[in-house]
Amino acid sequence: MKTSIRIAAGQGFWGDLQRAPVDQVTHGQIDYLVMDYLAEVTMSIMQKQKQKDPALGYARDFVSVIEKILPDLMSKNIKVIANAGGANPFACRDAVMEVAKKLGITGLKIGVVHGDDILKRLPEFLETGIELENMDTGESIWKVQHRLLSANVYFGAFPIVEALDQGAQIVITGRCTDTGLTLAPMIHEFGWKNDEWDLLAAGTVAGHILECGAQASGGNFLGDWKSVPDFANIGFPIAEAHPDGTFIITKHESLGGLVNTMTVKEQLLYEIGDPTQYIGPDVVADFTSIQVEDAGENRVKVFGIKGRPNTPFYKVSASYEDGYFSSSTLVYSWPDAAEKAKAAGEILKKRLDLLGYQFDEYNAEYIGMNSCHGHLAEKVEDYPEVMLRVSVRGSDKKSMTGFGMEIAPLILTGPPAVTGFAGGRPKPSDIVAYWPALIPKTVISPKVEVTG
Amino acid sequence: MKTIRLFDIAHGRSGDKGDTSNIGIIARKPEFYPVLVETLTQETVKSWFGPICKGKVERFELPNIQALNFLLHEALGGGGTVTLKLDAQGKTMAAALLKMEIQVPDELEV
Repeated sequence: MKTSIRIAAGQGFWGDLQRAPVDQVTHGQIDYLVMDYLAEVTMSIMQKQKQKDPALGYARDFVSVIEKILPDLMSKNIKVIANAGGANPFACRDAVMEVAKKLGITGLKIGVVHGDDILKRLPEFLETGIELENMDTGESIWKVQHRLLSANVYFGAFPIVEALDQGAQIVITGRCTDTGLTLAPMIHEFGWKNDEWDLLAAGTVAGHILECGAQASGGNFLGDWKSVPDFANIGFPIAEAHPDGTFIITKHESLGGLVNTMTVKEQLLYEIGDPTQYIGPDVVADFTSIQVEDAGENRVKVFGIKGRPNTPFYKVSASYEDGYFSSSTLVYSWPDAAEKAKAAGEILKKRLDLLGYQFDEYNAEYIGMNSCHGHLAEKVEDYPEVMLRVSVRGSDKKSMTGFGMEIAPLILTGPPAVTGFAGGRPKPSDIVAYWPALIPKTVISPKVEVTG
Repeated sequence: MKTIRLFDIAHGRSGDKGDTSNIGIIARKPEFYPVLVETLTQETVKSWFGPICKGKVERFELPNIQALNFLLHEALGGGGTVTLKLDAQGKTMAAALLKMEIQVPDELEV
């Protein structure tokens, strides 16, 4: 058994820095590269792509990243785990296999974790009384059944472990927890059992720290962003994990960024609820047990983590169509920038009302004044410039399209010294809303297939 | 007593879970943690955000990392992809809380 492994974060979301995974592979030693591609509603985008073309529906970025790093992965024996499969993990696998073929690489074993897509099984669940009640509102999924775009179970680390145990060098999953990507190699390498709660919790916490990429290594660091060296070449975080569950968060020395107790603590608190119960499919981690200690330059030791048994449920992330969204901006300069922006927002509202348009919500914001902090923003006597941002949401397509035609006229028919209208009439875009639910683990079985 | 900004003794990060804004606030030094616990109650935070937070405020303590985690319910205009807010995910909410001015003893070295 290895005494430590280095797990590197390569992507924090679908669309993150493309050079990050390349840097992680080339700027120093790592054993695993883990990449998170799936935000809450990403699956719906991928489902739509798959509907248009059965060969799509996964993160294509991942395939181009693999093309760049595959020779290094093979020569350095680095394993990759990514939830890039999205709505179509097999198509993603085939695309990666094609890349390997093109590069003349043989003997690549790829694992696919699937079985998370439950969209087609919903009628079966509803018939048996599994209503997938919305965790926020308690409503049955019946309510949005005909508008559903995707429904996926969040798997944990164990299906990935199975693929690694079968010798996969690249593991592609569909919907899987971000933390599971990091926990899996620890279970695989250190032989952790599925009821060693403290160890599973430790790996989960490591995963939480890595899952947003550079947010743990100097990105979005509110503590002291000016102290972060070389943002341009920011290094993504690496977890140096040990069999006893302690781990060091660090980064490659030759890259920019910053890892200290402050950057790690900020990420620990990111998007958590009750810290005593961070619930995942594998374990319930207690964030109030986490100890964080300075362990040298760009090195932070994390230890002491406690966990409790997992719950009998998987979390489900479903998405459904929920009308349309449209938004546009105009910039008003001195004099009276703020007053003019406000007046323009009101004029627009009145014109839309006179046209009889219907919206579920109309919102005017004043960027430069208070769009972020509302009434908490300091008042300024005379703003040099203010950007008016008007947004609407609704289900009446005619009103939504009509909204887009009323913005530009404000320039010639409203308050003066106005500019910044670019990009033409805004077009309504589909709103995809999120439906979080729970499902008994007993009705779901993760599937693993390793080929190559 | 002297007046300081919370930002002088704390930092943090914020994000979203649906229509709930999560704000993590961390003491810059361990000795500042009791000040955070005393100053940032559910009530003071609820009142600070006023109309921004339409639901309740929950507070959780993490003495192990000298931090507090707040959940502000109904604070993101419906949340996720539905909200019309520019700051749809409440990314700037931690900064909004850290602006708060608080009274601390003169002896407290900031």
